Amino acid sequence: MSEQITMRIDGQVCTAKEGQTIIEVAQANGRYIPSLCHMPGLSADGCCRLCLVEVTGLNRLLPACTTPVRNGMSVVTDSERLNQNRLMALELLFSERNHICAVCVSNGHCELQGLAQQLGLTHIHFTYNYPKLPVDVSHPRFVLDHNRCILCARCVRVCDEVEGAHVWDIAGRGINSMLVSDLQRPWGESQSCTSCGKCVQVCPTGALVEKGHAVEEMTKRNAVVTQLAIKRGTHP
Amino acid sequence: MKKARVATMWLDACSGCHMSFLDIDEALLDVAPKIDLVYGPLVDAQEFPDDVDVCIIEGAIGNQDDVERVKRARERSRILVALGDCATTGNVPSMRNPIPVKTILERVYIEGAEGQKVIPTQGVPALMRHARPLHELVKIDLHVPGCPPPAPAILYVVSELLAGRIPDLKSKVRFG
Ligand code: SF4
Ligand code: SF4
Ligand code: FES
Repeated sequence: MSEQITMRIDGQVCTAKEGQTIIEVAQANGRYIPSLCHMPGLSADGCCRLCLVEVTGLNRLLPACTTPVRNGMSVVTDSERLNQNRLMALELLFSERNHICAVCVSNGHCELQGLAQQLGLTHIHFTYNYPKLPVDVSHPRFVLDHNRCILCARCVRVCDEVEGAHVWDIAGRGINSMLVSDLQRPWGESQSCTSCGKCVQVCPTGALVEKGHAVEEMTKRNAVVTQLAIKRGTHP
Repeated sequence: MKKARVATMWLDACSGCHMSFLDIDEALLDVAPKIDLVYGPLVDAQEFPDDVDVCIIEGAIGNQDDVERVKRARERSRILVALGDCATTGNVPSMRNPIPVKTILERVYIEGAEGQKVIPTQGVPALMRHARPLHELVKIDLHVPGCPPPAPAILYVVSELLAGRIPDLKSKVRFG
């Protein structure tokens, strides 16, 4: 039986169970923390840095999606410093690859674009990187456009943890990191892919999409995957 | 009341932002008496005038000519507004950026051409290596993203500027 603990989020007293993360407790108590790589139903990864929060007594910021709560902990989810850091994380994502929202199949339904709007991002201070990246259209039903991938690893986790196929991995280091299927084979030649499409549904951007959609036409249903994970008991 | 001297400029873009401006429809009748449109694709002036209050620029910086025009607009305007995704992010014009200029020109004017196969150099400004957003070259006072920004957002921006305020666009506009 996990132990009940008491903590504060933005001054509000919250009760939580030991082992829960800050973002889970915040959500259960109606406090919103911006997030991108986090998705209920999947394990936490902590790679996007959108969910950083201040923890009283600590100088550095901590990701709310991977940090477990402790008894007596006091968390701040909204401050100028946090806002600056979140904007910087977003700007780095936009400048790293080629995001041309106006011609993207996910325009209007994209979590990255939505967060930019919500946080009031109107331009990118960093110089754009303009990498030349491939688009994998080898799968009969789906497309992987590396230009739009933010390396959040949601697809990696859903395929491994919920579908049990583990098609996806992230290869390389740092700015050279790339999403790969089946040890760098084209997706269409993958022996392990079951074509279930879960990776497409959880991808927050226009990186993994169904074929046959024009600009603005690709909508996703990631809540279905969360429910499935809970039903199957794979929800960590 | 003294009329505001307003200029508009169309660089590497499709003119959709200017269209969206005209889409404020009857509100144009409220705006028109308050401004002097001193330069832009909708008026005859050849030279960018001095002493401009607000200059609204559509488009990325794609060629050498754009560079000169943006610099001049900055020198001669009090407030410079980047209107639309091409001006604020590079947008569609920047889709050529991962590919070297020479490769693109050869693809279009040599491989893609029927009949005369020449890359034009006379009377057209040279392409820059990258099509870039305006703020990478000059200071921009207000960014209004959108492809195009919706007419109500443009009306809000213009009304606020004419009232002497810099509008707060938080959550009112988005990329795309
Ligand atoms: S993936 Fe999202 S942010 Fe990137 S271009 Fe598409 S809509 Fe824009
Ligand atoms: S393809 Fe989509 S889900 Fe997978 S890492 Fe890239 S952005 Fe994330
Ligand atoms: S949501 Fe926590 S690091 Fe991405």
